[in-house]
Amino acid sequence: MIDKKFIGHEFKPFSTTIEKGRLKFFAKAIGETNPIYFNEEAAKAEGHKSVLAPPTFPFTLSLESDDPFPVVTALKLEIGRILHGSQDFEYFAPIYAGDEITVSSKIVNIFDKKGGALEFVALQYSFTNQDGELVATSTNTLVYRNG
Amino acid sequence: MTDIQIGSEIPALELAPISRYTLALFAGASGDHNPIHIDSDFAKSAGMPDVFAHGMLSMAYLGRMLTNWQPQAKLKKFSNKFAAITQLQDVITCSGKVVELLEQEGKTLARCEIQAAKASGEQTLVGEALVEV
Repeated sequence: MIDKKFIGHEFKPFSTTIEKGRLKFFAKAIGETNPIYFNEEAAKAEGHKSVLAPPTFPFTLSLESDDPFPVVTALKLEIGRILHGSQDFEYFAPIYAGDEITVSSKIVNIFDKKGGALEFVALQYSFTNQDGELVATSTNTLVYRNG
Repeated sequence: MTDIQIGSEIPALELAPISRYTLALFAGASGDHNPIHIDSDFAKSAGMPDVFAHGMLSMAYLGRMLTNWQPQAKLKKFSNKFAAITQLQDVITCSGKVVELLEQEGKTLARCEIQAAKASGEQTLVGEALVEV
């Protein structure tokens, strides 16, 4: 069983710069056809500062620390037993290529179902840009398959 | 946009069948390098029949559906549960509709039920979005 003492555990915040090329790669991977997500001129023509990060991109930012899965390390989980249970985003301002985003995260809950056959870890994230503006928050729940 | 009413449908987005190529690209682009999505040997050793799609790939497809419909700046909240695993060759269709109009801090928000589903109708992602009208 995952030790519930980790509820409240905060991970070390980190900063990452949004690269235009990464946004272009992400757009290709999800089949995005709107050029504001991969072409700077098209984005600017629609009034954007630069290429726009799409709605689920904060999740990718959350994986950009030196250890991409710090929760796996901290809780000594086997990555092959993890499933994604749920994901929520709330948006306050856009994220653009060239922005430097600081990601803070913590474990907000650990619980189990089905007599411990499934365990759940809920994480909360905040994303703040180079101007100190909170641009998004997210929560996600990981499901851990036991046996 | 005044044409958004309760019952308004979000134009659906049908995707190409999920391939190993799609998953490899998404692993690299998303930074989620969990081998369970890209290495069949690893997936089988973890008790799965084969590699399977990242939940966040389908959520990104839902995001595409939403931003095809309304500018991203209108999207205030976006959430879903991952209800079923998306396997190789599944054909995913994203759809949604407005179920409620809410007044919040002088703004009108459309609460939309959204889903991703397989061709069989099985739902893979079930969630909602709040979109400013």
